Amino acid sequence: MKTIKTCLLGAALSLLSPLASAAETGFSLETVDPEADRLALQAYYQKRFPGVPLEDYVNGIYAIDPDSRKQWDALMEFPPYEFDLEEGEVLFNTPFANGKGYADCFENGGIGIRQKYPYWNSEEGTVKTLEQEINECRVENGEQPLKWKRGDIAKISAYMASTSRGKPFEIDIPENDPRALQAYLDGKRFFYTKRGQLNLSCANCHLQGSRIYIRADLPGPTLGHPTHFPVVRSKWGDIGTLHRRYEGCYRDTRSVPIPAQDEQFRKLEYFQTYMSNGLPVNGPGARK
Amino acid sequence: MRRLTTALSAAAVALMLSGPVAAASGDALIEEGRAIYHDKTRGNCISCHNINDPVANLPGNQGPMMVAMKQRFPDKRKLRAQIWDATVANPLSIMPPIGKHWILSEDEIDAVVEYIYQY
Ligand code: HEC
Ligand code: HEC
Repeated sequence: MKTIKTCLLGAALSLLSPLASAAETGFSLETVDPEADRLALQAYYQKRFPGVPLEDYVNGIYAIDPDSRKQWDALMEFPPYEFDLEEGEVLFNTPFANGKGYADCFENGGIGIRQKYPYWNSEEGTVKTLEQEINECRVENGEQPLKWKRGDIAKISAYMASTSRGKPFEIDIPENDPRALQAYLDGKRFFYTKRGQLNLSCANCHLQGSRIYIRADLPGPTLGHPTHFPVVRSKWGDIGTLHRRYEGCYRDTRSVPIPAQDEQFRKLEYFQTYMSNGLPVNGPGARK
Repeated sequence: MRRLTTALSAAAVALMLSGPVAAASGDALIEEGRAIYHDKTRGNCISCHNINDPVANLPGNQGPMMVAMKQRFPDKRKLRAQIWDATVANPLSIMPPIGKHWILSEDEIDAVVEYIYQY
């Protein structure tokens, strides 16, 4: 079974390059060019959905589907994340048992920094996410880490995002460390690779398939995917992190599950957020 | 599979009371194909292909509507092959390889083919 899967994956990878405009610079370290990829992705959507301003892509499917937009506007009259945001602020400002707090762990006291996450950490040789550093801050200060997908971690992340609202994402791929570009490339490959029993890639639904119905579901555009996270999703009934959503969509391909904050998901987030560079932070958000 | 057998035996009973053998078992196969086509946990074809059947509920439009199948696929084996593995014709297809990835059994695929071939 494992060998079959590996062959299938290998076959899928070799087929990646024809996927047109949005993946122009390919899947090898020699050819890949994140900035060209980002511009190609923007161009792809501007051609496909003419007249939609780039900044609007932070609103996901609501940017490109007027019918869904109407329902969403009604929902947003009383944004369902308001309580989580308030609780997040309280949690953020409540000192740990040792008297220190989250503000001591982050640049600028944790305020207005969301747009820089995730980032490549050269010392550790890995992509770091905001949620990861929230938990590291706790552990360094003698507290238990929080569960990754919902609850307090999402609320704290929501509060931190809110202090960055309007700031454009500025994800950096440091040129002095080739491992950073490799991480971007791995994330990109993950996005375009077909997988699972249903043989679906993220791109199948969120690039080719955006705004085309799968039963009653309308997949949104990949451009802007991470900007509004964490999100209160009506289907969940509460607030959740980006990796909670990754887990769900990934499971929908009928693949062996990957846990939140797994390295593969962090690289995916690095790729997806780089693609959203220039778009403003608008988290937390609300979705159907 | 169990459902298939049940459907078939129900049809077999019905058949003893009425009509000729071939017609009745053909109907049962079509009914089975119809169930698979619309069931979310089985073929779930309806999530991407609309079809002019009153039971169609919230059809998707990722793929073409299932119409004029006989005209488009005079050779039924070609239709079956497309369902068995859509990536032969289009490697990037969003359509899952239904047979190749064991999403449906060979019998179930036969049933679906019979069902859509009427449209
Ligand atoms: C079978 C189709 C399908 C596949 C495959 C799929 N998704 Fe989704 N995804 C959806 C639908 C439908 C939604 C809900 C509508 C929306 O918000 O886009 C969604 C929502 C999302 C969201 C939330 C968007 C928002 O605005 O809040 C993210 C992020 C996401 N998907 C990422 C991914 C990633 C990454 C992958 C691959 C690991 C993936 N998806 C694979 C169908 C899919
Ligand atoms: C996730 C989406 C999806 C699902 C599920 C799906 N299909 Fe498809 N199908 C497509 C797309 C898209 C095409 C168009 C050709 C291509 O891109 O492969 C297609 C093409 C076809 C064709 C060829 C039509 C033509 O005129 O060329 C047939 C027949 C077909 N599908 C039957 C089925 C059946 C039967 C099922 C269920 C057992 C099914 N499909 C499930 C997306 C899907």
